Amino acid sequence: MRTDKRITRRITGLAVGTALGLALSGAAYSQEPVKVGFVYVSPIGDAGWTYQHDQGRKELEKALGAKVTTKAVENVPEGADAERVIREFAAGGYKVVFTTSFGYMNPTIKVAEKFPSTVFMHATGYKSAKNVGVVNARFYEGRYLTGVIAGKMTKSNSAGYVAAFPIPEVVQGINAFAQGMRSVNPKAEVKVIWVNSWFDPGREREAANTLLSQGADIITHHTDSTAVVQAAEEKGKYAFGYHSDMSKYGPKAHLTATTHHWGGYYTKAVQDVMAGKWKTTNVWGGIKEGMIKLAPLNPAVPKDVADLVAAKEKDIAAGKLHPFQGPVKDNEGKERVAAGKTMGDEELSKMDFYVEGVQGKLPKK
Amino acid sequence: MDTIVAILAAAIVAGTPLVFAALGELVTEKAGVLNLGVEGTMLVGAVSGFATAATTGNVWFGVLAGMVAGVLMSGIFAILTLNLMANQVASGLALTLFGVGLSAFMGKPYESVTLAAQAPLEIPLLSQIPVLGPVLFKHQILVYVSWALFAGVSWFLYKSRAGLVLRSIGESPESAHAIGYPVIRIRYLATLFGGAMAGLGGVHLAEFYTPLWVEGMVAGRGWIALALVVFATWRPARVMVGAYLFGGVTIAQFFAQGAGVTITAQFLSSLPYLATIIVLVFISRDMATIRLNAPVSLGRPYRPD
Repeated sequence: MRTDKRITRRITGLAVGTALGLALSGAAYSQEPVKVGFVYVSPIGDAGWTYQHDQGRKELEKALGAKVTTKAVENVPEGADAERVIREFAAGGYKVVFTTSFGYMNPTIKVAEKFPSTVFMHATGYKSAKNVGVVNARFYEGRYLTGVIAGKMTKSNSAGYVAAFPIPEVVQGINAFAQGMRSVNPKAEVKVIWVNSWFDPGREREAANTLLSQGADIITHHTDSTAVVQAAEEKGKYAFGYHSDMSKYGPKAHLTATTHHWGGYYTKAVQDVMAGKWKTTNVWGGIKEGMIKLAPLNPAVPKDVADLVAAKEKDIAAGKLHPFQGPVKDNEGKERVAAGKTMGDEELSKMDFYVEGVQGKLPKK
Repeated sequence: MDTIVAILAAAIVAGTPLVFAALGELVTEKAGVLNLGVEGTMLVGAVSGFATAATTGNVWFGVLAGMVAGVLMSGIFAILTLNLMANQVASGLALTLFGVGLSAFMGKPYESVTLAAQAPLEIPLLSQIPVLGPVLFKHQILVYVSWALFAGVSWFLYKSRAGLVLRSIGESPESAHAIGYPVIRIRYLATLFGGAMAGLGGVHLAEFYTPLWVEGMVAGRGWIALALVVFATWRPARVMVGAYLFGGVTIAQFFAQGAGVTITAQFLSSLPYLATIIVLVFISRDMATIRLNAPVSLGRPYRPD
């Protein structure tokens, strides 16, 4: 009997203790920082697509301080490896996972189905789900502004564009650049060379040299290295950077760059998750949202050009100017946007033609 | 005319990394060793050369470091396959995987570094010849070095006694050993030479051509060099033809795109591969000469008893 009582007492004690412990740990849990994971497609490096995402991650850490901890895995190939990394984040108790490359779309959706309480945000894709949001930036708005500078500063009326693959995002950039250039210089033309690789500095360099020797005096690129800016610097011509400010790779050549800024968006998304009010969103932000900015202008850009660009930047932010505002013709003469209209997001995201002023023929997918 | 000159001059520059790597691999294979680690070796050579040049400020230390790195990489391969008798194909593939990772790791601090571009070395008088001058004699110094390498390799393999010994080892290590030649030692030297040249090819790309370091920047050139050796049926002159043809068609299709030619870019990008293979297959279509040139013992391990 006595033993029984003792056991009962012990068990009660244990139960109370456990309950107390649970309550305490629960309280502690709510104070614990939210874990946020990032999956990067390339090395962080010192400039470029992934570098800008990592800057965003740092801004998030700075803005939310001890309320978050972040972890990034870099250089994750798209496909099976990506799925493994994303799943490890979700299984490891990460509340929010940002997957920052187009090819992560299907792995993200797949993992999200199995981890309904984790929020996933995928960059530049088009599939969403209950716990998967999509984010993209209007890179073309920055391209338009660099086009304006190119149109004003070119002497040969010819600019060169080194491009990776003919996907809509890249085509938007080429077309917006041409639209900007021709808005101030109707004689201007854009030459395009496709290198069929995101990352082959040797070929990017060869393509840049080719464009320069064919009479282009301003070049830009939609690939991932700084080779094009360096080529322009060596030949004493001008260039625009992309993704990041690349001025240190070509102090004289680099007029400005279209740069991406993800920090504000990351911070807001994580705050929403913390407050429990996050919903599936499809964010496509541009100059207005501060997601696209121009890097500081090179002193070689004359003041009137700088003022003009600043004015156009303001107009784009205010919604008064759209890079694809009608009439827009393609380079075979067919009207694509009627006068008085602007191109909608749906058409933008499927763009598969060159606008007037771009030379050559767009490779079909 | 200016366009043609520009294309030809650029073709030579674009083909030079291939010339170094392929001629080096040719010597290795002529001794009967198949080293598939060229891509990885070029990467490690590139990053070692770039890092050394950036740190010391002396390009020649960089060139030396790239070659030493290539020797070390192929040294690993030689120990595995010549001493430990590991499978050459598997060891070569492993060497490439290792080189890709190692170069990325080594190169981390140098991703943001820029090197001053090396001015081309204009050969006095010769560079004044119309057309030929700007095509051949206004290049960075390593281009001339690659020509010297071509002359040296051709002479060595076909005119020197040592080259004859090397080729005989590639044909039949058993007979060469029976006569008394040091098979393993000569295979070692041939493999290390191949590594040094692959390293030099990487150095040309990172230190002289682009000049920058980014992860994976060799971008398949090591594999192309390997294919060139086979399609050129182990003949140095044909390796040169193949390398410049590959470079030339790459550049020419860029020019075509820049000029607004309406052929799809994907097709144009596949042209260098197609053209090089077709031409090399055509000039070396004689089965008898292929059999004569291909080292019989290629890829087979040999253990002297």
